[in-house]
Amino acid sequence: MSLILDKINYYYSKGTAFESKALKNISLTIPDGEFIGLIGHTGSGKSTLIQHMNGLIRADSGSIYYNGQDIYDKDFKMTELRRKVGLVFQYPEHQLFEATVIKDVLFGPTNMGMDKLKAELAAYGALKAVGIGEDLIDASPFELSGGQKRRVAIAGVLAMSPEILILDEPTAGLDPAGRTEILRLLKKIHEDNGITVILVSHSMEDVAEYAERLIVIDDGEIKYDDEPRKVFTHIDELRKTGLEIPECTELVGRLADLGLKVDRSCLTVDEAVASILQSTGY
Amino acid sequence: MINFDDVTFEYIRRDEEGNVESINKALDGISLDVKKGDFIAILGANGSGKSTLARHINALLTPTEGTVFIEEMNTKEDNNLLKIRQKTGMVFQNPDNQIIAGLVEEDVGFGPENIGIPTKEIWERVAFALEKVGMTAYREKSPNNLSGGQKQRVAIAGILAMKPECIVLDEPTAMLDPKGRREVIETITELNKKEGITIILITHYMTEVVGADKVYVMSGGNVKLSGTPREIFKEVELLKEYKLDVPQVTEIAYRLRQKGFPLSECILTIDEFIDAVTNR
Repeated sequence: MSLILDKINYYYSKGTAFESKALKNISLTIPDGEFIGLIGHTGSGKSTLIQHMNGLIRADSGSIYYNGQDIYDKDFKMTELRRKVGLVFQYPEHQLFEATVIKDVLFGPTNMGMDKLKAELAAYGALKAVGIGEDLIDASPFELSGGQKRRVAIAGVLAMSPEILILDEPTAGLDPAGRTEILRLLKKIHEDNGITVILVSHSMEDVAEYAERLIVIDDGEIKYDDEPRKVFTHIDELRKTGLEIPECTELVGRLADLGLKVDRSCLTVDEAVASILQSTGY
Repeated sequence: MINFDDVTFEYIRRDEEGNVESINKALDGISLDVKKGDFIAILGANGSGKSTLARHINALLTPTEGTVFIEEMNTKEDNNLLKIRQKTGMVFQNPDNQIIAGLVEEDVGFGPENIGIPTKEIWERVAFALEKVGMTAYREKSPNNLSGGQKQRVAIAGILAMKPECIVLDEPTAMLDPKGRREVIETITELNKKEGITIILITHYMTEVVGADKVYVMSGGNVKLSGTPREIFKEVELLKEYKLDVPQVTEIAYRLRQKGFPLSECILTIDEFIDAVTNR
């Protein structure tokens, strides 16, 4: 099970005076079971790229292979791809519309033609996976808190049992506890079900802590595609593209500049604390 | 300049016949006093009442009980509304929902034009406002091609053109990339320092708060903690109970101190941390 993008090019407003290149020669392999962070400044092409991955946008040139099949082939079933590659948009709770939580989560699987019993099993399973208890299943989505609504929206995509789950800034607008809750949830879904997660984020701290692989996109091109620890060594280049490094990584870097024997590649508060303690002997 | 006196605000839900189904107190007896020229930050979990509070400052909402005064003007009196809204402008989360015109300069000039300012003065105000947010070069550009941070700065310029005394920003950086976040925070800090504009910043990013004069922490419709950033961020465990956090550097310093590492209490920035280590 893999998704391969091969030399993808895409233009906005092709054929008009406003034509501009949004994606330039993007080649990517997304094998099974990775937790990938995708970062880049506003307008860098992140959203355009992820919409290629489930066929919502068609590339102007290049090919995309899903499990070896060319998705632009005439007899390729695009609906199947859209089920297998689940996309959670920004502020997905704005798209909740049904009268109850369970009906909302059932909408996707039912719409895809799943029979009633299977769809219900999938919906209950998805709600359980996102930590929405049975007491809330018949509540109106509008009675829930912001974080709960967002989890229901994610459950709606999970209920279609995707193999790849792509989320566009799933923590935007949530309080710190709500952010942690969503991120831990994604990690758990990833670990329990082996689902590939692609997390689009503006928070360097979040991708540093959770992603195993980090893709940096700048003006429609892939700038880095590596382990977060390696990507965040490119401080000046990242800043030039409008990004940052995590605060804790910056701190250990500055301490190392002072001559302290700390590990510059710390990605989390835990790592930074351990490394500083070790280097200073406290 | 802003005075809340025991303010309660209730969202009342009614069924189809108009009978009251439930009452939800979004604000529960809030009293606070903001002085002119202050930089105030408001923290709080989702649903703690931050946005409801913000909407009381420019009279988009008025109290169910209690009173809100903006420079002695009661927000409940209709004939104060125009003046209050000129004095206090609001910037919201999503830049795309706040921009209405086809050119940056027209967007910034929309407010003053709407209240009947003479054309010549409108253009003076537009030029001034765009300069203050560092967007003069984009004056005749379409807002559509701007980055998120630039759009928010245009939204701030649109408020500046109204010559406000106070700007309320409700999570203005939630949708921005790191550079956009920095641009917006630098812009409002400068407006506060150089133009003396009162700033009320609501945010979920703890690092954006360290430069504020005063921080209010809200929970359950009330202010639970208030003080300087240093007084607030030393309460590492308490903040977590309120679903909040502290900046990463503050947490690292806090945990090192617990292990006996000699650092002063509550370090807020990387620079402070480095100073503390080099002067040791």
